[in-house]
Amino acid sequence: MSRVIGLYHSGPSGYVPLSIDGLVKRYPGSSRNAVDGLSLEVSVGEIFGLLGPNGAGKTTTISVAVTRTRPTAGTVRLAGTDVAAQAARARRRLGVVTQANTLDRSLSVWENLYFHCRYFGLSRREARRHSDELLERFGLAERRDERVDRLSGGLAQRAQLARALAHKPSVLFLDEPTASLDPQSRLALWDHVRGLRERDGVAVLLTTHSMEEADRLCDRVAIMDHGRVLACDTPGALKRNLTATTTVRLRLQAPPPPALLDQVRALRGVERVVNDGNRIEVVTAARDGLVPHLVSAVGAGLLDLSVSEPTLESVFISLTGRKLRD
Amino acid sequence: MTELSNRSEPWRLTPAAFAALIARDLRVLLHMPASFLLRTVLNPLMFVFVFTYLYPHIGAGRFGEVAGQNLGTVVLPGLVASAIFFQGLNAVALPLSMEFGATREIEDRVMAPVAYGLTALAKVCFSALQSLLAAAIVFPLVYLVPAVPVRIQVSSWPTLVLAAVLASLLAGFLGLLLGTVVEVRKIALVFAVTIVPITFLGCVYYPWASLHSVRWLQILVLANPLVYVSEALRAALTPALPHMNPIASLSALTALTLVLGWAATKTFTHRVLT
Repeated sequence: MSRVIGLYHSGPSGYVPLSIDGLVKRYPGSSRNAVDGLSLEVSVGEIFGLLGPNGAGKTTTISVAVTRTRPTAGTVRLAGTDVAAQAARARRRLGVVTQANTLDRSLSVWENLYFHCRYFGLSRREARRHSDELLERFGLAERRDERVDRLSGGLAQRAQLARALAHKPSVLFLDEPTASLDPQSRLALWDHVRGLRERDGVAVLLTTHSMEEADRLCDRVAIMDHGRVLACDTPGALKRNLTATTTVRLRLQAPPPPALLDQVRALRGVERVVNDGNRIEVVTAARDGLVPHLVSAVGAGLLDLSVSEPTLESVFISLTGRKLRD
Repeated sequence: MTELSNRSEPWRLTPAAFAALIARDLRVLLHMPASFLLRTVLNPLMFVFVFTYLYPHIGAGRFGEVAGQNLGTVVLPGLVASAIFFQGLNAVALPLSMEFGATREIEDRVMAPVAYGLTALAKVCFSALQSLLAAAIVFPLVYLVPAVPVRIQVSSWPTLVLAAVLASLLAGFLGLLLGTVVEVRKIALVFAVTIVPITFLGCVYYPWASLHSVRWLQILVLANPLVYVSEALRAALTPALPHMNPIASLSALTALTLVLGWAATKTFTHRVLT
């Protein structure tokens, strides 16, 4: 199969598939903005993750971008097209995969793709050929004539992904795409999403509650809450630069004397020391060089040592707090 | 793979997408032609079988006669009218309510690159075609089954065509309105409480003029859109029976179609765009 050549490859330099500028959305009757001055850009081939607790404004942001919610202020441009001013045209440029299976239950898997292509202006012959190709590519050829409500969660998501890509959008919106999938299906879907970057050059905006998903899949991540972006960077940089913590756990032959604990507390970078029997947990923000110091402080009494890397989750919690959301 | 980028600007895309939305509905209909036939044919067939075939055979031949015309002649326009009318509910309201509900399977059609109103209009247009098909199926049935010959005479082809087309669109828009406003868990109830009174008080089984002896009812049923469909068809098909002036019934149908069309397109857009 030949590579897809879309708008994104022939566009002028500085071409931005998705640009959100000062987006505000206040729902009628609400006292606060669901999205409150959000700006971000996603470039060609980039997978961009939007993380945030429930009610942070992720879904509203996507809903505006996919032309289903009117913005109160600000603009969203898809490949240069203003989604509020030219909604029908903007829908040409975007594909959506939601957590829920929204495949057309009255049609077979193949027919779902075929009619999608037809909605986007392909002739019957082109739509037939393109649907066949998509079934092959997404490993759905054997399910071609199956009714979509008989598909497993993983296959349904693959079919939705195939459908979302069928009209070669510039931007793909994935709204918690793996939330209800088993681990195998999740890994398979990740592979497909990664493949999009090289193969289709499509920009991806992904929302997820899975920190692992954001960490492993996304090139950049924005953590948002109360409608605003709190931090935006690569997952690695977020973990390095923010108040993420590394935990070093030590197991000793005997409970440590208080003097040893004080000595550990005095080491550079140590934030907190918790002692439980013969175990010590050392929480630190800057771990570089700490472990050798710990080892020499504890001396021969050390039985075991483990280090937990900072996670995106610890970054997320430190930014958004532990309070439960509705 | 096919190059899509350059060929599909909206001006060219709109008719193609509109046709595709209709093609999708046609495919779904062709998946289950029997269900279309059964829901269209069963009710009028049972009615004419019992009241215009069986009754004369069991000695109740004059049942339902109006102005010297037998019941078969009286009900033919009415049964064609209700066949047209209820396609709108079956072909639009019921599926739409479900597709907007738990499965949200309307999504892909809503996201087609055309104005939301056009997606709704495609649904209504295909429903209107089904209405006309239903009329074409029901007509010979209610003409041929009665034991006593049914007397029809097309007094005005324009009235007949206009009445059938307006009624089909009106039915589709009514279906669109109900399908976008009524939640899926309540749709069965709404059907139950609307279909029966609309049919029985829709001048299907008697002409509107014959209600003059029950004046309050004669005025009350003017709120029922099916009345105008039955009466317009009666004017076109069985002019020997008393009927509303076709200009009045067709004007009412036009006005109702416009008002319902406007309202239903609004509720549809409201449903898909917040």
